[in-house]
Amino acid sequence: MSETEPAAGRSTARRLAGALHRRPRLQLSLLLSAPLTWLVLAYLGSLTALFMSAFWTTDTFTSNVVKVWSPDNFVTLFTTGVYRQVALRSVGVALAVTVVCVVIAFPVAFFTARVAAPKWRPLLVVAILTPLWASYLVKAYAWRLILAEGGLLDWLLSPLGLDGPGYGLAATVMVLTYLWLPYMILPLHTGLEQIPDSLLDASSDLGARTGRTFRSVVLPVLLPSIAAGSVFTFSLSLGDYIAVQIVGGKTQLIGNIIYSNITLDLPLAAALGTVPVVIIVLYLLAVRRTGALSSL
Amino acid sequence: MEGKAIRLRGLRKVFGRTEAVSDVDLAVSDGEFFSMLGPSGSGKTTVLRMIAGFETPTSGTVELDGQDVTALAPFERDVHTVFQDYALFPHMTVEQNVAYGLKIRKVPKADRLRRAAEALESVRLEGFAKRRPAQLSGGQRQRVALARALVTRPRVLLLDEPLGALDLKLREQMQIELKELQREVGITFVYVTHDQDEALTMSDRMAVFDNGRIEQTGTPAEIYERPATPFVAGFVGTSNLLTGESAEHVVGKAGTFSVRPEKIRVLKETSDGTGGADGAAAAPEPGHTAATGTVAEVVYLGDATRFLVDLDAGGRLTAVQQNLETSSEDVAAYRGSRVRLQWHERHNFPVTGAT
Repeated sequence: MSETEPAAGRSTARRLAGALHRRPRLQLSLLLSAPLTWLVLAYLGSLTALFMSAFWTTDTFTSNVVKVWSPDNFVTLFTTGVYRQVALRSVGVALAVTVVCVVIAFPVAFFTARVAAPKWRPLLVVAILTPLWASYLVKAYAWRLILAEGGLLDWLLSPLGLDGPGYGLAATVMVLTYLWLPYMILPLHTGLEQIPDSLLDASSDLGARTGRTFRSVVLPVLLPSIAAGSVFTFSLSLGDYIAVQIVGGKTQLIGNIIYSNITLDLPLAAALGTVPVVIIVLYLLAVRRTGALSSL
Repeated sequence: MEGKAIRLRGLRKVFGRTEAVSDVDLAVSDGEFFSMLGPSGSGKTTVLRMIAGFETPTSGTVELDGQDVTALAPFERDVHTVFQDYALFPHMTVEQNVAYGLKIRKVPKADRLRRAAEALESVRLEGFAKRRPAQLSGGQRQRVALARALVTRPRVLLLDEPLGALDLKLREQMQIELKELQREVGITFVYVTHDQDEALTMSDRMAVFDNGRIEQTGTPAEIYERPATPFVAGFVGTSNLLTGESAEHVVGKAGTFSVRPEKIRVLKETSDGTGGADGAAAAPEPGHTAATGTVAEVVYLGDATRFLVDLDAGGRLTAVQQNLETSSEDVAAYRGSRVRLQWHERHNFPVTGAT
């Protein structure tokens, strides 16, 4: 046996493996070169291009991009009331979607993670994720039908003498909440699953009623999970412009303005495009303080 | 007559199809250090959880201080628990953890902090108040859990294998500290453990559990010296049972007898025929029982040596001898040699319910 083994060790593949084993840095650079190239060129490159083009201007007659540096676009952004309004409205929608998602996701996650029998839990998680398999557009248009005047929602509410919200801001928040809810349920499910029973027992043992245990133990311990889920719901809502086109009626969000400016005034669209990027960076910095990013 | 801090009557708990606890009757006196000893799955932790209120008994009652609390929630009982995994709140500082129970009882802040500081002092954790549980060692977390449970001065403290996660040295140190603490505060301790040494060294009284039932209740000495069932004899200390024919030959009576290994003296078989080949007890000293056999195995333990002796009369006995003058080389020479075992008659303890 020991006679044949060295022969195997001399094959090219084995020698290469051995050489790599002795040069951990070379091994690491081979591992990372492809993803790093992609990240730098495609991801950071496009972001840089976005930032640079935001400082260019457009010839008002020809609509051609003029590559002259100027802060004009950002001045326009800050001085035009409509843009500020739309930016604030977009942040408001993203926050509203996040809050509604937390409120709906918590009881669902509490049930799937702590109440349901352990053998059903994986199945329930799959059920929660199933809507993500359906096309975004199909789901958004389905909601258009539901929310239409005389549509399903109006019909359901009519016995109560109520009307559905129709297309508009409320409909946008509803649809975005529906679309991104699984992204909030999942981290809450994981977070709740990881809270040891003994922690809840201990709180109750020390005299806390259920409500008190929820406020003083469950919620604070779950905060990183809530923050993690909110990163998804907030940033996905902030960047969305399709749902609002389909069910938003006349409502304009920052995504719509960027979209409509791309063909008219690309540099202004780029400047507008930096707004959600900056907001999300600020949001991530705030979230980082909760320790949520280390649990992602 | 002194008061009973805890009284359990006909306590039963069924999980699905398994009966975790069956017909447990137990009374724990005020200020007692009471241990519940048993292997895992013997029901001891379930009994503890029913006293705390985390589990509702299938039938039977739990009384605290003469008051039936069976239907009360954990937060309505004057009982606190030290959990096996400590269950410290990770988002709170040590001080906030300890003061949690006081905060819920709406104790004013200044008072709360003072009492938390005192509690931390009593477990020798001054200066750790502002740390988070994650920054503490296992032993320190243990102490925080103790301080948190003691700070509100409950009538009864329940401890669920609190030292299980600690290493041996720390465990031994904590055993002594726990016992001292209990004497100081005078609170009734109910201590769940699977470690017989822990139960024997710390308890005033103890109960041995097996299969959801209490096998025996008594002081550590009673349990150790006079085990009531073969299970207790085997679980507490080394199992050393003489049964059937071998019992008749050696002890001279029918039945099952337990002898503790350290009671047995190991003597070299002398050539003057004091060890009959027929296996009968051969001319023991007055008031003593004796048996001859062959040493099957010798285990050197450092401070003592354990001899496993195959008796001529059948069966095997374990004998432990202090290494007063012998060394590891000396004892190794015993392997395979003929010996005579001798012990005082009063150490033959009859065991009932033998299988």
